[in-house]
Amino acid sequence: MHELSIVSSIVDSVTETLAAYPGAKVKEVRLRVGALASVIEDSLQFCYGIATEGTALADSALIVKVLPVRMHCDQCDQDVEIVSLQSFRCPRCQEPLSDLRQGRELEIDSIEIDEVEEKV
Amino acid sequence: MTTRIVELRQGILKKNDELARGLRSQFEAAGVLVLNLVSSPGTGKTEFLQRTLREIINSGAKPAALVGDLETDNDARRLAASGAPVRQINTHGICHLEAEMIGKHLQGWNLSDLDYLFIENVGNLVCPSSYDLGEKIRVALLSVTEGEDKPLKYPTLYNSADVAVITKIDIAEAVGFDRASALKNINEIRPGVRIFETSAKTGAGMAEWLAYLADLKSTR
Repeated sequence: MHELSIVSSIVDSVTETLAAYPGAKVKEVRLRVGALASVIEDSLQFCYGIATEGTALADSALIVKVLPVRMHCDQCDQDVEIVSLQSFRCPRCQEPLSDLRQGRELEIDSIEIDEVEEKV
Repeated sequence: MTTRIVELRQGILKKNDELARGLRSQFEAAGVLVLNLVSSPGTGKTEFLQRTLREIINSGAKPAALVGDLETDNDARRLAASGAPVRQINTHGICHLEAEMIGKHLQGWNLSDLDYLFIENVGNLVCPSSYDLGEKIRVALLSVTEGEDKPLKYPTLYNSADVAVITKIDIAEAVGFDRASALKNINEIRPGVRIFETSAKTGAGMAEWLAYLADLKSTR
């Protein structure tokens, strides 16, 4: 259960970004999470509600985009998607694969905010 | 009110990753080989590490260890019996070690005096895999009592390993350990990874493990 510390990092990063947009309210926080990132979305959502309370992120939605594992297959000379995390083999030629190209991401992609318009 | 999308494109664990990068260059500059040991609780990390430390000292090299647990300094005291400098990190509920804890607990040690630094992570097969500690080598351990399918159940951790160690092979027969199946499962999750089969009690497999460490150290 390290999701709470992950969510706290998200709140910190977003709060830092918001310094450039005074008074703005966060509507959505969008993440990119690799299938090998060891993070469970349900736990993230649960912790998110708690960690955002009383912050500019309160009541915002957390959108998690899960990225499949992609590895490079030398035999097929291309990146292939790993279908099952119980077997790191090329789905085309069955070659065992160790060259990971995608799947460990744990990133904040973007946020959607409502900005207060400045009075002219 | 206007709605705006702000692109961040940044790692959530950016702070940890930056600290880990700093540690890694510090370790490299000092010429110390750093290994991060991860497994479930009860795999025998401490026993395996204690024997490793003792044998490295006997060979004339200088190892040190940091050991993470939620509470108590029992493991640090066990490891210190080897004669190596050891420090306990108590995480007080946190299920993994983070780069910041490593940096803090290294204070006062002269890294250039060391050949090896072992970091024994908190026993946990999920969370430690997300946190880079600046190590060169991540070691995933599996004991013969845990079930041969553990690598399949926890692929996120075993897939991130640079080397795998099977522990307690002295009781393999008594617990009905299916060696072929364990080796196959590790290879399914981390194809081609080097696997050591060891017993800290009898010393089986330790010579190969120590030769591997010495080789890594000399090729740095």
